[in-house]
Amino acid sequence: MLRFLVRRVLGALVILLLISAITYFLFFFLPSDPALLSCGKNCSPQNVALIRKNLGLDLPIWTQYWHFMVGIFAGRDMPIGHCPAPCFGYSFADQQLVWDTIADRYPTTLSLAIGGATVFLCVGVGLGLVSAWQQGRAFDRIASGVSLVGNSVQIYFLGPIAIGLFASSWHVLDRGHDPDWSHDPWGSVQGLILPCMVLSVIFWSNYSRQTRSLMVEQMSEDHIRAARAKGMSSRYVFLRYALRGAAASIITIFGIDLSAVLGGAIITEVTFGLHGLGLLSVQAVLRSDLPLEMAVMLIGATIIVVCNIVVDAAYALIDPRIRLS
Amino acid sequence: MSSPSTAAKGPEPVPAEAPAHVEGTGQQPPELVGRSPGRLAWLRFRRDRTGMICAGVVIFYLVVALAAPLISKVYGKNPYELYGQDLGLLNSYGIPLKPNGGIDGDFWFGLEPQLGRDVFTLLIYGIRTSLGIALAVTTVSVVVGVLIGLVQGYLGGRSDYFLGRFSDLMLSFPQQLFFIAFTPVIVALFVSPRDEEPTYVRIAALVIVQFVLGWMSVGRLVRAQVLSLREREFIEAARISGASSGRIIRKELLPNIWSTILVQSTLLLPVNVTAEAGLSYLGVGILPPTPDWGLMFQQAAAYYESDVTFMFFPGIAMVIFVVAFNLLGDSVRDALDPKTVR
Repeated sequence: MLRFLVRRVLGALVILLLISAITYFLFFFLPSDPALLSCGKNCSPQNVALIRKNLGLDLPIWTQYWHFMVGIFAGRDMPIGHCPAPCFGYSFADQQLVWDTIADRYPTTLSLAIGGATVFLCVGVGLGLVSAWQQGRAFDRIASGVSLVGNSVQIYFLGPIAIGLFASSWHVLDRGHDPDWSHDPWGSVQGLILPCMVLSVIFWSNYSRQTRSLMVEQMSEDHIRAARAKGMSSRYVFLRYALRGAAASIITIFGIDLSAVLGGAIITEVTFGLHGLGLLSVQAVLRSDLPLEMAVMLIGATIIVVCNIVVDAAYALIDPRIRLS
Repeated sequence: MSSPSTAAKGPEPVPAEAPAHVEGTGQQPPELVGRSPGRLAWLRFRRDRTGMICAGVVIFYLVVALAAPLISKVYGKNPYELYGQDLGLLNSYGIPLKPNGGIDGDFWFGLEPQLGRDVFTLLIYGIRTSLGIALAVTTVSVVVGVLIGLVQGYLGGRSDYFLGRFSDLMLSFPQQLFFIAFTPVIVALFVSPRDEEPTYVRIAALVIVQFVLGWMSVGRLVRAQVLSLREREFIEAARISGASSGRIIRKELLPNIWSTILVQSTLLLPVNVTAEAGLSYLGVGILPPTPDWGLMFQQAAAYYESDVTFMFFPGIAMVIFVVAFNLLGDSVRDALDPKTVR
């Protein structure tokens, strides 16, 4: 296990290094001159030259990248001021420390991700299990139909409809707002219900379909038949044997989806106006705020590789046939 | 399936006489047409009613997208003219005066709030843009994915290792973020930020970013299939009989992975359509005034409380489209690979 973890962490570091390099070079080495971007619409050539010097853009690109990477781990002094340890520089748009902005926004994304993931995992897997258990009966048909439609609905369509119905017309739910856990925990929960529901719909429908087909497939395996022949109750076999066989695949998909929402559920956040990482990244792109984009990209990639490692480790714990090597 | 019946019907190998004998007696000649796997799959698919309906729906969308200019000509409107403003059909808030989003005999799907463009032509042109981009992305991703998968599986060894790591690397990019962050970068490659950017540059940029992160799933599937096929006897036989690698890939490997490729493409296309629409919705895809499916949602989201009808048409159209494509994908899979349990 330890060897596996060490190897995977090293591999992940290489991947992150490559991603940071690719992103950095694409952002800072292309015709879109960052100095021009950070200067605004109408600026004089002197200003551009000054900004270029301030941002260190007159240095060779390799040196710039090196400074950037060192800054992340050790902090660096920038012309605009000192930038402490996880240093992603200062935002072009508002001259704030990028890391502070992200730390400020991340609780929203985290709350949305945890809430949404809990809902979609429980509802999705639950529905899938019941459908597989009731295979071919009315419940299965209805659940499959609902999942199919749910799987095909987009957040940018469902979100406004849900706000219109639940918040504007019926006034039963909050229309969604940023959580503030330290001051107003109950209000935070209320503000998250609708976004979490909408976010989870597209996911749980996928989970219920996957879980159902995995369980149906598992139930036709030989070891299941053997267990049934030995006289074990069908419920025990279903929950202990078949579910365990299906769990590994479900966890793989869950890891991918979880890493996607943890990195910022962009469309959900934009639709509900939640100020999380997703909305932040869209604003950063629209304002060409390269340091901010860079940071969000790296954080998203880090979450993905970490989730991958965790999933692979969990995989081995569930399925003893898989050896970690 | 056909070979045992052939043997049963004609115990004596007298092929020259057999047809004459049948004609002479006037019996119904037993049809002994060889059925290729493709033909068998088609027969299975024909029997699948859901699949046929969904194929019809999908073809309908494709025809609408292709014939959008023709349809709008017959219909007599275009997606750029501000009918609502010009004809005074909007109130001072920009909402259509008539109920249900301004639906009437002239404007079948009503008018767009604020600008007052015709929703029907907006929608068909929007579908045309989104579907066109998604088709391009899917085609390029699948072709490149198949090529890389083939190289990985067939050559193995070092090229397999490095291409595999490369695909790991691409899979570690946050997908949506990558799309929204790099579309402007690629646009900037072609046009300087100060110039007016032509629409086709945007479209090309969208195709490129989505393709860059789109080929890995196909690549992995093809690689896995080729790896298992490579060790089979018929490949070995072909190699021993002196077939070149190109021939083995074209004549032995590709026919066996066609079904995977086809199923993956049908599943990939709706994903790409919704992704493209999502980018336009976020304001980083196609830019107005070019009609686009996702842009309609962006407009609609701003007005959904005063004009729900406008969101209804693109929304329902998209749900039907995606449902049809997903069901079609399932049916194609069932037809091509009857062994899968469902």
